[in-house]
Amino acid sequence: MATRSNILVCGGTGCLASESDKVIKNLELIIKARGYENEARVIRTGCFGFCEKGPIVKIEPDNVFYVMVGPKDAKDIVDEHIIKGRTVDRLLYREPKANEIINRQEDMPFYKKQLRVALRNCGLINPEDILEYIAFGGYEALGKALTSMTRDQVVDEVKRSGLRGRGGGGFPTGIKWEVTKKQDDNEKFIICNADEGDPGAFMDRSILEGDPHSVIEAMAIGGYAIGASKGIIYIRAEYPLAISRLNTALNQAREQGLLGKNIFGSDFSFDINIKYGAGAFVCGEETALINSCTGKRGEPNYKPPYPAEKGYWGHPTCVNNVETFANIPQIITRGADWFASIGTEKSKGTKVFALAGKVKNVGLVEVPMGITFREIIFDIGGGIQGGRKFKAVQTGGPSGGVITEQYLDTPIDYDSLISIGSMMGSGGMIVMDETDNMVKIAKFYLEFTMDESCGRCTPCRIGTKRMYEILDKITSGKGTMADIDALKQLAYMVKGSSLCGLGQTAPNPVISTLKHFWEEYMAFIKDVDNPRGEGRHIAKNKIKFATEK
Amino acid sequence: MSIKSMDELRKIREEHQNKVNLRQSGNNQEDRIEILIGMATCGISSGARETLNAFVEEIGKQGLNNAKVITVGCIGYCHSEPTVQVNMPGQKPVLYGTVKKDKVPDIVNKHIIGGQPVENLILKVDFERA
Repeated sequence: MATRSNILVCGGTGCLASESDKVIKNLELIIKARGYENEARVIRTGCFGFCEKGPIVKIEPDNVFYVMVGPKDAKDIVDEHIIKGRTVDRLLYREPKANEIINRQEDMPFYKKQLRVALRNCGLINPEDILEYIAFGGYEALGKALTSMTRDQVVDEVKRSGLRGRGGGGFPTGIKWEVTKKQDDNEKFIICNADEGDPGAFMDRSILEGDPHSVIEAMAIGGYAIGASKGIIYIRAEYPLAISRLNTALNQAREQGLLGKNIFGSDFSFDINIKYGAGAFVCGEETALINSCTGKRGEPNYKPPYPAEKGYWGHPTCVNNVETFANIPQIITRGADWFASIGTEKSKGTKVFALAGKVKNVGLVEVPMGITFREIIFDIGGGIQGGRKFKAVQTGGPSGGVITEQYLDTPIDYDSLISIGSMMGSGGMIVMDETDNMVKIAKFYLEFTMDESCGRCTPCRIGTKRMYEILDKITSGKGTMADIDALKQLAYMVKGSSLCGLGQTAPNPVISTLKHFWEEYMAFIKDVDNPRGEGRHIAKNKIKFATEK
Repeated sequence: MSIKSMDELRKIREEHQNKVNLRQSGNNQEDRIEILIGMATCGISSGARETLNAFVEEIGKQGLNNAKVITVGCIGYCHSEPTVQVNMPGQKPVLYGTVKKDKVPDIVNKHIIGGQPVENLILKVDFERA
């Protein structure tokens, strides 16, 4: 008997935390007890992105989207929906603005403005089944590259697509590949940077959990293009689910001959190892990452030489981010022109953002470049929680800056974000409302970078510490104008003289809050009893809002 | 088992298409044919489950990937269960009554593939839908 119904249940870390594994177990038990196991199949997928309302359950082919499904709701889903074809209305999404029930995913404001390229399979396939990935066209890009394209053609396709590094820097991926390819060495490496370290960011984790094969396929394509036969995925050990799914995926790819010797009958051989990171923020910097891979301390090196010239064990090495890789198979199958048709003039394609903080719809969104902050926060994100007023949004995590209301209509791309004093970063987007105190937010980020500074160079090691101390003094009401001056001076000094990106960007939260929220600093200086709002720890706020409902 | 060519990959893709063909990807749903099966108590007791499974099998056998079989509730024609409504893109929905499983190949071949409704099974809809 053929399956007539697929019940897709989100198995991402967010939904698992709210017991989606028990939902799956109950669904399976009840389906079996009712004798429908041949007709309905439960599939554990990756993240749907709508983490705010997890656990998410989607029924296909009916195309019905259930939210906040608890283990006890499994009975109604089976008895009512699967057996009797009646939608369980109480589990449908209710759009808060119009108070309307919406049962189709594509009609929800959260999904309407999204365009999913990197996340295309998340929430659609079972990430632990390579055959489902293949059934949706997986590994065709690798096959196409190996059987009908030269190495130069692959590099050229990626170059023409305009894809830029999604880890934050925004360096053109095609050029990185080209430079690595040109190096004269018979051993080269391609590394996937999965050391996602920004507080509040979970884009890469969700891709690896929801669609690990897209990254594996892309790494093989990249390996072919640059001439590497070995790949490494550097992933933080705090991502156990992503690691286990990656291992499953790697084994399945080897079994199918999609990794290993003579892939697709060509003379190209490629395999991937996983290297675990201990969770140091600085190891997201490519030279520190390579040092950590070789067993050395995770500290950055002077550049040049760039890893493309002298990287892993002194060989040319190309380091790309998870999300960057996830775009590659689509670029190869659908062509550079298709990819370049999405986005803005200098930033092509889409970007995944982890939307967090005081926004109503917390979750993972993928949008075309050029969309505005207003659209992300107010249309997709549903606005600010509790009817409060928007104050600022922090992009780029601890390396970025705050963006205030006057910039909400700025189109989001690499260059416009830098021009307004922030940066794209890896895609963390933390929304703050009127009750947040910006000085304390800056202090929070400084505390993070101070802790995470590896200590290799003086400006970063000591500078971040001193800046933190000054911020601490200011927020405890003991600061003077001389402290503000010193803070400013230090900020620019650390920014200008640090060795790697960590130190060069660490002062950004201070510089941008000084610029946009000068009055909040002044409130601490002049008026001791006026700490506006409570913004000491973002983590604390997050816990608060999770239990609010 | 090791994939050694694009043809082998495509073969695997086709073999496992049935695993995922219930799921939609992308927004291109314009040519989607919907087959709605009334699965209320009245429907089930008259054999709607068998009819439903017969549809799923038949469209699988014929490789009609754009046809989706969807379960729905009761529309009030309990006297003529199982009821089946076929929605072809750009056409008025057609409602069939007393569709036992042996009628399924007829509806699939004549209506869904051939484009001609099976006249003798059609139920007259005498109410307005809001």
